[in-house]
Amino acid sequence: MNEQQTNLYRFLIALADDSIVLSHRLSEWCSNAPYLEEDLALSNVALDYLGRARMFYQYAAEVEGKGRTEDDLAYHRNEREYTNLLIHELPINDFAFTMLRQFYLDVFYVKYLQKLSLSQDKMIAAIAQKAIKESRYHLKRSEPWIIQLAQGTEESLNRILVAKEELNDFIGELFDMSEWEKSLAENGISVDRESIKAEWQAYVQGFFAQSDIELDSVELRVHGGREGIHTEHLGHMLSEMQYLQRAYPGNEW
Amino acid sequence: MSQEHLRVYEVFVRSSRGLDHKHVGSLHAESPEHALMYARDCYTRRSEGVSIWVVESKNITASKESDVEDFIDPMTDKPYRHATHYVLPDSVDNM
Repeated sequence: MNEQQTNLYRFLIALADDSIVLSHRLSEWCSNAPYLEEDLALSNVALDYLGRARMFYQYAAEVEGKGRTEDDLAYHRNEREYTNLLIHELPINDFAFTMLRQFYLDVFYVKYLQKLSLSQDKMIAAIAQKAIKESRYHLKRSEPWIIQLAQGTEESLNRILVAKEELNDFIGELFDMSEWEKSLAENGISVDRESIKAEWQAYVQGFFAQSDIELDSVELRVHGGREGIHTEHLGHMLSEMQYLQRAYPGNEW
Repeated sequence: MSQEHLRVYEVFVRSSRGLDHKHVGSLHAESPEHALMYARDCYTRRSEGVSIWVVESKNITASKESDVEDFIDPMTDKPYRHATHYVLPDSVDNM
C-alpha cells in the first residue's frame, strides 16, 4: 500500500471500529432493556451499527489486499489495534447514560455522514448515504427519550445530569483530527471533523434549552482512541466480543 | 425503570397505497411517539408497510363477546338480508 492507501485503510478501520464497538455496547441491552419494546428497538439500533461496521471492514479488507476478511479485522485484532474514539467504548451504565451518549452520537453522525456522503471515494460516499438514513431515525428515537427523562421525575433528570458529567470529557475527541485523517480530508475523501463542532454544539445546546439543561464547553480532554490508547473498559469488552472466534478460529454458524 | 407509565397501543399498518390499514397487533409504550417507533421496529422491519397508525387501546370502543347473540346475530331466519337470497336474471352476467 502507498501512503494514500495506508491512510485510507486506517480511516476505514477507525470508522468500522467506532461502529462495531458502539454496536456491541448497545447489544448489551438485549434482554436487559426496561421493557420488551425498547429492548427490540435498542437491538435494532445495534444491528444498524453492526451493518455499518461490516461495510467499512469489508472495504478496508479490500483496500489492504492481504486476503483478510471482515471477521479477521473484527475478531482478531487486539485492544491496542482498535482505533475507535473512546466515547463509543464507555460501558452502557444506566439507561439515561446510554440514551444521552446515543443522542450525542446521533446528532454527530447525522452531520458527519451528510458530509461524508459527498466523499470523492465512491464506496465511502455510498456507505454514508445508506448510514445517514439510519442515523436520522436514531435521532428521532433518542430525542424524545432525552426530553422524557430530563422533564420526567427528579430521579430521571438527575440521571441525565450525571450522565452528562460522565460524558463531558469524551465529546471533544469526536472533533479531533488525526494526521492521516487531515491528509484524506485535503483530498476530499474524509471530513473535517472540526468543521462540525460549532453546528453540533448549537444543536445540542438548543435542544437542551427546552429542558433547562446547559451544555458545558466542548474541548479536547480525554483522547487517544485513534492511537489505540483506550480506557480500561475496551479490553474487557473485546474479550467477550471476540471470545468465540479466539476459542474456535474461523468457526461459522 | 418503573413501568407504571406504560400504556397499551393497538397498531395498524397499511401494506401498500390504496389498501386499508389493518390491525397487526399491540405494544406497550411511554407515549404515542414512542409507540409509533416501536411499531416501526416490531411490525415493519421487512418492508411490510407504507403507513402506520397507533391508537391507545383504551380509546377503542368495542362490542362485547357476550352480546354477540342479540347484537351481531347473523339473522339466518331473515335470508332476504343476504345477497345470495336473490336469483339473478339470466341477462346479468359475471356478478
